[in-house]
Amino acid sequence: MTQPVLRLEGIVKTFPGVRALDGVDLEVRPGEVHALMGENGAGKSTLMKVLGGILQPNEGRIYIAEQPTVMTSPIEAKGKGVVFIHQELSLADELTVAENIFLGELPRKSFGRVDWARLYAETDAILSQLRVRFDARTRVGDLSIANQQMVEIARALTVDPRAVIFDEPTASLTDAEKSVLFDVIADLQKKGVGIIYISHRMEEIFRITDRISVLRDGSYRGTLVTKDTSEDEVTQLMIGRSLDLSRNASHHELGEVALEVRGLSCGHLYRDVSFNVRKGEVLGFYGLVGAGRTEIAETLFGLRTPDAGTIRIDGKEARITSPIDAIRQGIGLVPEDRKGQGLVLGMNCRDNMTLPQVDGLTSGPFVSDGAEIEIFDRYKDKLDIRTPSWRQTVGNLSGGNQQKIVIGKWLSMRPEVLIVDEPTRGIDVGSKSEIHNLIRDLAAQGYAVIVISSEMPEVLHVSDRIVAMYSGKVMREFTSEEVTEDSLIQAISGIVPDRAA
Amino acid sequence: MSQSTPQPIASPVEADTPPRKSRSALFVQGAIWGFVVLELIFFSVAGRFLSVSDTAFLDLDNMLLLLKQSAPIGIIALGMTIIMINGNIDLSVGATFALSAIVLLDSMTWPFMAAMGDWAIPLAWLFALGTGVVLGAINGLIVWKTGVDAFIVTLGSMLGYRGLVFMYNGEQPTSHLNWTLVDFAEAQFLGLHTATWFLLGTVLVLWLVMTRTVHGRNAYAIGNNREAAVNAGIRVGPHFLINFMLIGFLAALSAVVFYSESGSVNPNDGMLYELWAITAVVLGGTKLSGGYGSIISTLGGVIAIQLLRKGLGYIGADTETVNLVIGLILIAVLFLDRQLNRKGSEELKI
Repeated sequence: MTQPVLRLEGIVKTFPGVRALDGVDLEVRPGEVHALMGENGAGKSTLMKVLGGILQPNEGRIYIAEQPTVMTSPIEAKGKGVVFIHQELSLADELTVAENIFLGELPRKSFGRVDWARLYAETDAILSQLRVRFDARTRVGDLSIANQQMVEIARALTVDPRAVIFDEPTASLTDAEKSVLFDVIADLQKKGVGIIYISHRMEEIFRITDRISVLRDGSYRGTLVTKDTSEDEVTQLMIGRSLDLSRNASHHELGEVALEVRGLSCGHLYRDVSFNVRKGEVLGFYGLVGAGRTEIAETLFGLRTPDAGTIRIDGKEARITSPIDAIRQGIGLVPEDRKGQGLVLGMNCRDNMTLPQVDGLTSGPFVSDGAEIEIFDRYKDKLDIRTPSWRQTVGNLSGGNQQKIVIGKWLSMRPEVLIVDEPTRGIDVGSKSEIHNLIRDLAAQGYAVIVISSEMPEVLHVSDRIVAMYSGKVMREFTSEEVTEDSLIQAISGIVPDRAA
Repeated sequence: MSQSTPQPIASPVEADTPPRKSRSALFVQGAIWGFVVLELIFFSVAGRFLSVSDTAFLDLDNMLLLLKQSAPIGIIALGMTIIMINGNIDLSVGATFALSAIVLLDSMTWPFMAAMGDWAIPLAWLFALGTGVVLGAINGLIVWKTGVDAFIVTLGSMLGYRGLVFMYNGEQPTSHLNWTLVDFAEAQFLGLHTATWFLLGTVLVLWLVMTRTVHGRNAYAIGNNREAAVNAGIRVGPHFLINFMLIGFLAALSAVVFYSESGSVNPNDGMLYELWAITAVVLGGTKLSGGYGSIISTLGGVIAIQLLRKGLGYIGADTETVNLVIGLILIAVLFLDRQLNRKGSEELKI
């Protein structure tokens, strides 16, 4: 057997209070496509940051062609033939393909002049390997996402790579574009390049990879040979821990339907989505990033305009074209990006909480301090927000308390439907369960709650029903009694169950 | 990108950071007044050795005059504070100032106005203030409806409004002296000049607007995080419009106060006022990026600049030196602010 192009051995990476990687091994052979799988938070990106020199491991070694290596920066990694194709593209739209590919290392002539002839010639040589239809002089901003990704790949090929890491490369590609990408990967394979392929999509993993390594909670769970394994086995390896999966189906009576969505579509973001949520119920939305969940929430909140479909709130058809409409009709959104979209970080706790209704809290021309403090105090107690005073700037609070401020903001508006997008993102472990309990409590009090989450334990834990989405479509709806982890993972990976559900 | 580090689960009841003003907040609100005091001490002491004048720098009349002289730019700077808290900027205030001044002085010479005697004065004021409001509203509407950055829009209107100034009377000054008006402008009430009262009145009203009203609250929210404000159901555009009308009004008010006394406006008057106003606002700690700032601190910034001008003159420096020193101090202050801010934010990231 040939020696591996890349080998990681016993990689440990700790952050204060958490062991993000706990002795991870990984070996990539030349000409192999090696899948790296694991749930969100399993440590895949941390591992790749270690490999790329962005993070330094506390223990463990990196070998490139069996030479022990210390990576200190992405540039050094590239110099050693390890290149990353990131999910988020980092291209300069206004520059040409050639300029992007050779950014920072443009060929020069005397007096620092760019050697354009050589630049275009070298670029065209690389592009011809990729069999793409655009040329070196095209402006990158004019290319499709798929072609921009090809530019990223072309950039990797300038150094004659030993190993190429693809991080969720197909997230925004159509099926046709995917096959082109897979052809390119096959070409690299033939040249003896080792490939690490990070993806959640089982179907792709089984189509193109040779072996699959699985991480779970920061530790290495083993490597499977793709052709000898099954989706079930991989899934087991990914989630096979004893989770606190105590299902939390409501014991109280559910009320009437608070929100009903029929046939909602919005461009290519999501199509023909129907669901309803009743008062006193938590409806979970589970799916991969990009499956269209957040976009549905944004539509319900008036931030996007749907092409088709109806939204009924309390049985009445609702027309929602702006957040103002949504708020008036009783929808509250706790957004995914708490700091960017949910809070005015420079303002104090009270002002943040009363922001949507402050114009109703005036006496004469001035805002009534008393009315505001009353609201703040009520929800501070109700949600157990830990802050010494309402004067505290929200930016100084912990993630959990910030999230409670956003939730309190909407509760004080007495919404019909509360949508919570990624309720515990960036929130520490202790506060997570608090937020979960809070969501259950809200349902018990008769609120209709929609929870969008990328964390399976979370969605299983809080939901009465779960809608599983895959690339813009509702794949299946589960009740909390019938849902299993396997069936959920399959649904969000686009696998239609062979047995009748 | 800060990943919040998980806390030990054993102490979930722990409260968050205790209430204390971050150093930068203290700096924003208090430091400018400390700087003002520093200037006063420096110029009194230095003046003893260097000044050619017999009167002390801290002489009451001298200080009262200083306040009066800081009024024209001060009133504009107060308006600029609101605009900048809201996340915008207005470069057209100098031209608005000049155009309002022309309307003020010229309107009093119109035949029907001249026939009204002193009753023409309030009407002329109304015309001038109305001019300011309309010019501000044009800025505000364009920013709101087109979504073009306020910097660009008001850069355009700065040139455009100045063009109107020159179209009005060519290169000629526009003059009209009304002695009743001059008496009013030169009057002193409780020791303070008319212009100073206008300055202080503006401070009071705007301070109330920014700290006590819904409009002020929303202006801060929009400037600090526009997306979060939109998500809270705040309509951004109308707030922009109101603020641009406010600053237009204040630029006109500044002109009314100043030209009631001087009685003659040159077509180049008010040039660079926008930059002096921005300088005062920034010295007072308001952020160019929006969301932070205070009316009171801007007053401090205005007084600090006026003190520097007067003080340096008092100890014998010429105008060129004064500008050089103010420029250097502005950069030094912003550098200091940045350092303190960065340290502050590092401390807060747990």
